[in-house]
Amino acid sequence: MSTDTITSRPAGLAARERIYKYVLFACACASILVTLGIVGLLARDAITFFTAVNPIAFLTGTEFNLSRGEFGVLPLLTGTLLVTIISAAVALPIGVAAAVYLSEYASDRMRSVLKPALEILAGIPTVVYGIFALVYVTPFLRVFGLPLNTFNVLSASLMVGIMIIPMVSSLSEDAMSAVPDSLREAAYGVGATKYEVSTGVVIPAAVSGIFSSFILALSRAIGETMIVAVAMGSRSRLFDFSEPLANLWRGNQPMTAAMVQINGADSVSGVGFQSMFAIGLTLFVITFLMNLASNRIAARYREEYN
Amino acid sequence: MANENLNTTASTESQSTSTEDPTSEPLVEQSISVDSERSHTTANADTVIESRNLDVYYGETQALQGIDLAIPENQVTAMIGPSGCGKSTFLRCINRMNDLIDICRVEGELTFNGKNVYDDDVDPIALRRRIGMVFQHPNPFPKSIYDNVAYGLSVQNMDVDVDAVVEESLKKAALWDEVKDQLDKSALNLSGGQQQRLCIARAIAVDPEVILMDEPASALDPIATSKIEDLIEELAEEYTVVIVTHNMQQAARISDTTAVFLTGGELVEFDDTNKIFENPDSQRVEDYITGKFG
Repeated sequence: MSTDTITSRPAGLAARERIYKYVLFACACASILVTLGIVGLLARDAITFFTAVNPIAFLTGTEFNLSRGEFGVLPLLTGTLLVTIISAAVALPIGVAAAVYLSEYASDRMRSVLKPALEILAGIPTVVYGIFALVYVTPFLRVFGLPLNTFNVLSASLMVGIMIIPMVSSLSEDAMSAVPDSLREAAYGVGATKYEVSTGVVIPAAVSGIFSSFILALSRAIGETMIVAVAMGSRSRLFDFSEPLANLWRGNQPMTAAMVQINGADSVSGVGFQSMFAIGLTLFVITFLMNLASNRIAARYREEYN
Repeated sequence: MANENLNTTASTESQSTSTEDPTSEPLVEQSISVDSERSHTTANADTVIESRNLDVYYGETQALQGIDLAIPENQVTAMIGPSGCGKSTFLRCINRMNDLIDICRVEGELTFNGKNVYDDDVDPIALRRRIGMVFQHPNPFPKSIYDNVAYGLSVQNMDVDVDAVVEESLKKAALWDEVKDQLDKSALNLSGGQQQRLCIARAIAVDPEVILMDEPASALDPIATSKIEDLIEELAEEYTVVIVTHNMQQAARISDTTAVFLTGGELVEFDDTNKIFENPDSQRVEDYITGKFG
């Protein structure tokens, strides 16, 4: 017919399209702006703190005690490290094993029951894990003769580990399911067993996804607050190398729990209060570096395996 | 290397055209040339794989209906037929690859050297160690060339000189000259045709008796395809080869025996390749290979 069906545009269409674009752009920017705002404020308050307390003293001090004005972050850092290591020791192997089961061994029916069940585990409020650690796990472990204090590192860390299992298993399972069946068939075709296919073919091919799940889960463990605040007590302790195991029986205070405690104190000003921001900034830097490292490593493996 | 293979193909084709019996009336004109030089009759070869009244179901759907056929030793047996006719399903029954599909059910008998592979005491892992497989799309592992070939040896804990077996397998797969200086490089850097020959090397490294090939050249360009075809004919001197193909010319060129499956999972004709392509018993097979349907 005539050419105006393809040349003329309904009035206002272009303007509407432009509005859509700006609205969507604003939404995409919102989360970035909020993040930047938080980091900026965190940095500002931390700098105020560092004008009062020498950053070197903060980073190398071995004592953290608000009432005595000691702001060494090291005890909090080793507390966080302890929780992270123990929870990782629980969650990474179990999480990957569960993922292998779900992706390689489980029948469709089994998977349709187990996967949602694991995800329910992820939906339990962390304060419940904390109370569970305090009320049930510690007495249970004492049955085996472990000399646990009421508030102790071991029970809380175990619960943090259990909390992050679904994260590891769910993300790792996604990565393993994404490995093409042609690779499995190739291995089965030369007489590999299911276990050999899982460990020798599927896990290596999914390693970048598995690794990402580790880093995310570890970041979650580092940032976990409620479980440790409830079940680990409120006394920070520097790691005691003379008696490594004893560190587990006693209570401790990681960075997150310390921040909660400071925030709960009466004063909302002063050096003690501002130390919260310095600790928060340290925490942020650690998780930020971990995410950065995870992206790097994941990218490197992806190159190698795809 | 490339030239050599191309020449071989060319000469094979001209040879076969010239040796064609002028009195016979091939159903398919020049487009399909039968390699009569290599053809043996089915009668004087031992049977390696035999199916009797084999039915296969995927859930409620029947994929194969009462298949009876006998695959002769050290020959190339081709399975042709339209998409969905069950030819790949049959191939995957032979090494029990269908076990990996939950809803797949097999009835009837399928024997390998006289033993029903669906008997309870047959270990599918052990079975697959005797019956190798090459797939439609090249599927090398994301490992080095060397590790790909050696993979089967390591999972089977074979006590052999791995270096020697890797070299020999790559030579048999006509890939050695192209990769001998880069054995530690990733297999994924190879071209599609090279990857497929690597997969063949991986399959023969564990010294199987039978090699199953599921449309091994369908994802490859014509030059790579002709290399694979030459290779298949060479392999048949040492191994029993069963190949599924969509390409009738390919079946005519390289196979000794041909099975024609038609829609519905039915084996319509199973005979000497020359006979199938020149004078099939069934009108349906004739229609299929002359391109009237399918």
